[in-house]
Amino acid sequence: MTNTWQDIKNANVVLVMGGNAAEAHPCGFKWVIEAKIENKAKLVVVDPRFTRTASVADIYAPIRPGTDIAFLSGVIRYLLENDAIQHDYVRAYTNASLIVKDGFAFEDGLFSGYNEEKRSYDKSTWDYELDEQGYAKVDDTWQHPRCVMNLLKKHIDRYTPEMVSRICGTPQDKYLEICKLIATTAEPAKALTSLFALGWTQHSIGAQNIRTMAMVQLLLGNIGVAGGGMNALRGHSNIQGLTDIGLLSASLPGYMNMPKDGEVTFDKYMETKLFKPLRPGQTSFWQNYRKFFVSFQKAMFGAAAKAENDWAYDWLPKLDVDGYDILRAFEMMNNGQMNGYICQGFNPMQAFPDRGKIRRGLSKLKYLVVMDPLDTETANFWQDYGPQNPSKPEDIQTEVFQLPTTCFAEENGTLVNSARWLQWHWKAADAPGQAKTDLWIIAGLYNRMKTMYAREGGAFPDALLNLTWNYADPHEPEPEEVSKEMNGRALADVADPATGAPLLKAGQQLDAFAQLRDDGTTMSGCWIFAGSFTDKGNMTARRDASDPREAGIAPNWAWAWPANRRILYNRASANPEGKAWNPGKPVIEWNGSKWVGVDVPDYGPTVKPSDGVGPFIMNAEGVGRLFARTMMNEGPFPEHYEPFESPSENVLHPKVKSNPAARVFASDRAQMGVSSDFPYVGTTYRLTEHFHYWTKHALINAILQPEEFVEIGEVLAKEKGIEQGAWVKVSSKRGQVICKAFVTKRIKPLMVDGKPTHVIGCPIHWGFTGVARKGYGANTLTPSVGDANTNTPEFKAFLLNIEKTSPPPAIDVAQGPRNGPQKKGGSL
Amino acid sequence: MDLSRRGFIKLTGAGLAASSLGALGFGLAGTALAASVRPFKLTAATETRNTCTYCSVACGILIYSQGDRAKNVRSSVIHIEGDPDHPVNRGTLCPKGAGLLDIVRAPGRLTVPKYRAAGATEWTEVSWDFALDRVATLMKQDRDANFIAKNVAGTTVNRWTSTGMLAASAASNEAAYVTFKWARSLGMVTFDNQARV
Ligand code: SF4
Repeated sequence: MTNTWQDIKNANVVLVMGGNAAEAHPCGFKWVIEAKIENKAKLVVVDPRFTRTASVADIYAPIRPGTDIAFLSGVIRYLLENDAIQHDYVRAYTNASLIVKDGFAFEDGLFSGYNEEKRSYDKSTWDYELDEQGYAKVDDTWQHPRCVMNLLKKHIDRYTPEMVSRICGTPQDKYLEICKLIATTAEPAKALTSLFALGWTQHSIGAQNIRTMAMVQLLLGNIGVAGGGMNALRGHSNIQGLTDIGLLSASLPGYMNMPKDGEVTFDKYMETKLFKPLRPGQTSFWQNYRKFFVSFQKAMFGAAAKAENDWAYDWLPKLDVDGYDILRAFEMMNNGQMNGYICQGFNPMQAFPDRGKIRRGLSKLKYLVVMDPLDTETANFWQDYGPQNPSKPEDIQTEVFQLPTTCFAEENGTLVNSARWLQWHWKAADAPGQAKTDLWIIAGLYNRMKTMYAREGGAFPDALLNLTWNYADPHEPEPEEVSKEMNGRALADVADPATGAPLLKAGQQLDAFAQLRDDGTTMSGCWIFAGSFTDKGNMTARRDASDPREAGIAPNWAWAWPANRRILYNRASANPEGKAWNPGKPVIEWNGSKWVGVDVPDYGPTVKPSDGVGPFIMNAEGVGRLFARTMMNEGPFPEHYEPFESPSENVLHPKVKSNPAARVFASDRAQMGVSSDFPYVGTTYRLTEHFHYWTKHALINAILQPEEFVEIGEVLAKEKGIEQGAWVKVSSKRGQVICKAFVTKRIKPLMVDGKPTHVIGCPIHWGFTGVARKGYGANTLTPSVGDANTNTPEFKAFLLNIEKTSPPPAIDVAQGPRNGPQKKGGSL
Repeated sequence: MDLSRRGFIKLTGAGLAASSLGALGFGLAGTALAASVRPFKLTAATETRNTCTYCSVACGILIYSQGDRAKNVRSSVIHIEGDPDHPVNRGTLCPKGAGLLDIVRAPGRLTVPKYRAAGATEWTEVSWDFALDRVATLMKQDRDANFIAKNVAGTTVNRWTSTGMLAASAASNEAAYVTFKWARSLGMVTFDNQARV
């Protein structure tokens, strides 16, 4: 989220598209209701299903899964055609005026530079034309045919209301009503907030879904302002934190990048990180990359990271591919290229696409380690649970370890919520039985391996042997110690570079990332957390809910990264002169000598408005990007591509149907179905009573939603002779699920290019462990293909068939594996 | 009288003396009621601030547990409710958060390390030492056999691709960071989290 949950109350229009906040984030959704009641806000919901969010909407429009880019590109076209953009904002705060290189083109569904064999682009034309000083050329009058504004106009011109309706199946009148309402927030004092979640990310064009909306928001002047922003609601309680700390294949803490094979030396690595301003006077956090990186290496390796060894740069692994993401990992496993896998609180048997492939992959491992508070399907993948998990354990040679861990109630520490708040939580009870904390288990493995490497040697032991591990109890680091390590501290006395005045004493905790140095005198495990645990104490444990002007900021509740800033890009809440666009809800304003307001400025605190520094200080051009340059793999402008499994042609460019830059493994492509066999569009979703695959272990939730089902509309039900509650066989090219059908009015057929299209909703929550009834899991059906940038799997749009079937024999709903002793109880 | 809802519950529960209810304006009716009510069970419980383990709204919760945390006394959770002072959820919880007690006490909670040998048809309960020794040994064997110190071009790459890890989405930052340090110091690159699913 760029803004906070409470800030939603400041919106004039709330657009929920690509999510279902009322059911998936209910207590956050309260702030939408608050906006409706207190701010007379209008709620717009665009979703394939009439969800509970839709049930309280002012306008609801259905949409075919996987066509959001067409819808939103149409919105952009409407805004430009009707001149409903916030002109001053767009001119000063976006790259609309910047001129793009000659040679950039888009034709028949492809941008310039496509390489069909590699399924990737040479992006050299996707950039600005530079002047002699290396700055991007600008035409403020928007006359130049290659200024971003004109290229954008040309690009989205095809998305007429007729075309949008043809692709999305959304009735034109509803669509235009929504365009009109969205356009009202172009007024400087009005804001629209975009709330989205996996409904946008889980597509082969997921990242571009979000980009298209970000462009809408930039055109409307809704980024950085109260009640505005792009608000990813995020799923798991600490997925933000794990991403912040870099637990992703290609990441290091604080959004730094893992070295690649080509970056043979530290200097070479730094060359690609150096921030070159693309407009005069621009500034950026990333200018300090070297300081963040060196301080991180000092945190990792202490005294062993020194200038002479390039701060132990070579001790980090280098990547030879973009990333070893989950889809690649399971492809490797299936190809026999992996031997071991560790699942820490993670259940890939339920969470990853094409469950059959996941099961086959796990069966090929030598060892599998599962750390979890709960008995997961992954840990039990080798057991024969009948049709929901057929297996012959004798044939599976994987050694499996199931290690019991504590849960939230049994440990201290911080989690990061979607609004980037680090909130400390306290241990309330002891762990059951012999369950242990993740810290204890990881420390146990670390200490054992360290001892073995020290004693016997082995492959490259240096990084492991020199890893900083100076915890009071090396067998179980205290969360407070680790938290302080992430914040960082001075390793020697640090002076102010400008004045020479002493700034920090050796050993002192850092107050802010600005204190970081690249000479080895500071360390910080995760630079964006600098300021969270200072000598003043644990900022994340603060619990003062006071909220000046009731702005929805609560600056003294916990701590938000970076620098306790609650609204990102908040400089853009004020006009170029420094006055709030919306005088009723200022965030920060220029008072003549500095920036003041309810939030910490996302800007130099004393940088004068007249200096002309752009408000998007992370970007080299200082402004928001309507043209993404080389940031995205499938193009600098978003384009509608069909899901990999789709019943519709791509009417814009039939030859380029789906995302041309998405990586597809041959084995996965072979597992994709066609609409003649699988005529219906499947989409997965979550129920408000369940959280992923965990709550099927919680009795109350298992009672509320006890068994697997699919949701279908009345028209399809009638066509297929399926009554309410009938047993159905739902199948894709990859597998089948036998469950009950829930026939509702919430899903209606959509007219797509003159053809009725039926959607089948597949809630994801059931498996073969827990106290709910056994289920196959919706991932039995889903395809193994991901977004071209993030490889997020396409769970939201795929092809299915559905047939009525007879009830399964009773044995299939009984609990417990067939190979071992039946478990007691559990069955509802 | 400035009294928060929690303070009210504590006071009415803890005191139960006629005077405390009288002070709150319940008068004699309150006295009679107080005499007939059994002691409020949360008064003896320890209240701990925490956050919901499910979604990223991160609602504030109050966990009530029994046991005074004296040495050798095991404490257990008996009740969980929304934290009324939390600026986002203000005391509310959704159907997921309202059932948190049932996940803490789920029958599927694991209590003992278990091991399944290659080809075995059942789990065996094992000691932590057995489990961690064996895992560390298997990891070292695989790493020593498959570690890539240099690529074909001769560049030092120090990566290990044949063992991978999925990191927890509900683990704390502290657990995550220590996991990161350990995994990366081994050169692990097949490393991901649940951000995408
Ligand atoms: S109570 Fe519900 S809304 Fe709040 S954090 Fe938990 S799951 Fe999310």
